[in-house]
Amino acid sequence: MSRKTKTNPAEEEARPRGKKRRFGLSRRERAERFATSFYMFPSLAGVLTFFILPFFVVIYYSLIDDTSSGIFVGIDNFTRLFENSAFKLALRNTGLFSVTAVPLVVVLALALAVLLDANVPYKSTFRTIFLSPMIVPAASVILIWQVLFDFNGVVNSAISFFGGDPVEWLKSDYGYLVVVMLFLWKNIGYNMIMFMSALSNIPRDIIEVAMLDGCGPVRRFFSIKLRYLSSTISFVTIMSLINSFKVFREVYLLTGDYPFETMYTLQHFMNNTFANYEYQKLSSAAVVLCLIMIVIIGLLLFIDDRAGRGLDE
Amino acid sequence: MTGSSSVPARRKKKITVGRVLFLFFAMTVLLTFAALFLFPTVFTVTNSFMSTTEITANYGKIFTGLGVAGSGGRVFIGEQVNLQLIPNKVSFSQYATVLLTSPDYLLKFWNSVIYVLPIVLFQLMVAAGASYAFARVHTKFRGIVFFAYIILMLMPYQVTLVPNYLVIDKLNLMNTRWAIILPGIFSPFSVFILTKFMRRIPSSVTEAAKLDGAGEHQIFFRIFLPLCQSVLYSVAILVFLDYWNMVEQPLILLTDEELYPLSVFLSKINQGDTGIALAIAVIYMVPPVLLFLYSEDYLIDGISYSASVKG
Repeated sequence: MSRKTKTNPAEEEARPRGKKRRFGLSRRERAERFATSFYMFPSLAGVLTFFILPFFVVIYYSLIDDTSSGIFVGIDNFTRLFENSAFKLALRNTGLFSVTAVPLVVVLALALAVLLDANVPYKSTFRTIFLSPMIVPAASVILIWQVLFDFNGVVNSAISFFGGDPVEWLKSDYGYLVVVMLFLWKNIGYNMIMFMSALSNIPRDIIEVAMLDGCGPVRRFFSIKLRYLSSTISFVTIMSLINSFKVFREVYLLTGDYPFETMYTLQHFMNNTFANYEYQKLSSAAVVLCLIMIVIIGLLLFIDDRAGRGLDE
Repeated sequence: MTGSSSVPARRKKKITVGRVLFLFFAMTVLLTFAALFLFPTVFTVTNSFMSTTEITANYGKIFTGLGVAGSGGRVFIGEQVNLQLIPNKVSFSQYATVLLTSPDYLLKFWNSVIYVLPIVLFQLMVAAGASYAFARVHTKFRGIVFFAYIILMLMPYQVTLVPNYLVIDKLNLMNTRWAIILPGIFSPFSVFILTKFMRRIPSSVTEAAKLDGAGEHQIFFRIFLPLCQSVLYSVAILVFLDYWNMVEQPLILLTDEELYPLSVFLSKINQGDTGIALAIAVIYMVPPVLLFLYSEDYLIDGISYSASVKG
């Protein structure tokens, strides 16, 4: 991040002497700001219209009792939300999912990236294969997951072949496992590419000095590479966290509007609330989620900032 | 970027026992994962070439069980489903049905196209302008706005769809194509990547252009956009994939199933006719797969650019 307008020797020279600077800016700088602000305008207008301004309305709705009367009720909507069993179930399921699936996807993606980084044959073929679920729409392969995990499905026939008892995968607590697998399948590739690019950006000379000093591959990974990867790790974690909120997609495609209890996600809750026009419930849920996300993202960025210290650039 | 992995400086590679063991281990892991990753896709494609009778013979138990809702619980059939990767007889009957006799599926495919293409096109245009403004001039205000964009980008749909819904409702656009397209155009994701890329363009380039008398418009159209060509393409692919897969937005902003994109509609046919669902699923993955085959490097670059919050 270089501050172009502030430190600009060419411009200092070009400025005619004797002309007064208004607001501490040269005419040139003001012209630059003015002209570029037009480029920003369409995007800013759209973002304000569709996201930021209505979000203030959402906050307002979360604090009143009814959109027509508009009586301020403080945190009543929030207390009611936290008493709502559907919301609690959805929040618990989504939270549980994020807490388990996100670390899993980060670690697996990192492991695959490290393996591919270690000069294995057919590296680019493997990369393509691991990336393929990202290209294949989830909707396209969902049928196969049904064939695999249905009660009469393939996985169960394998289980009973080995003498086990068949499991109702999609209609029991195991449904959660199926969703984790889908999530991993879908997201590992994207994360792996981010790690691979970060791995290839680690300065080679540092690795080579370490090798000359007799530092083994395991130690090289844990004491050098991991430090350089820290900022990527936190970003991948954030992205995976957001993608874990999108897992509704797969659940919806797999089981429809009313899944088994353990697969009831926040998006199911939102969909049902939208369908009933319950603005207060909806708004307070959005505000709560937004706060949770801000806290988590802030925390991850803070950890990232701490871990990244000591590296140049 | 990742291609030059063999560094010439490395001295003669000794083939040690450790290296062989490592390679064996690595290949085992990689091959296992590769098989797991490819399986669903391969399976979908090959099975789409089965005739209806073959599909019913193999998987009938699952999908008839799903379809008959009122039958009071599941019928337990002793026989298991028969997983078959390669059809006994290659048949194009499913494709013929989809393409020729039931235009409904193609209509949904067309819906997807109609949503995704304008979103990709206009999102890039809007985002390129905004990124230019963010990258060229730094002010406190723009810093704050850019930070707001990042926060917005990191918000899940469960949060952003609520304000979207309110506006769409106010503008009376509910249940129209605009309900999907308009919020899509202003998604901050591409602004984020493009700004990061444009900030790397050295200021000496713009200074030189200005000394030659170029105005802001010329700098944008003649210098920044051409320099960003490849990253624009990368972002276009990422945005395309994202919206080609959309499920959340249509479910909430559209009530009319006629307007659903295929990504949502597929879950509805799955339960009815398996063979047709497989064929349409394959047709649905053709555009992204083609895009990928022709521009894998761009996609990978795009993902790499997005790899950190900091510039």
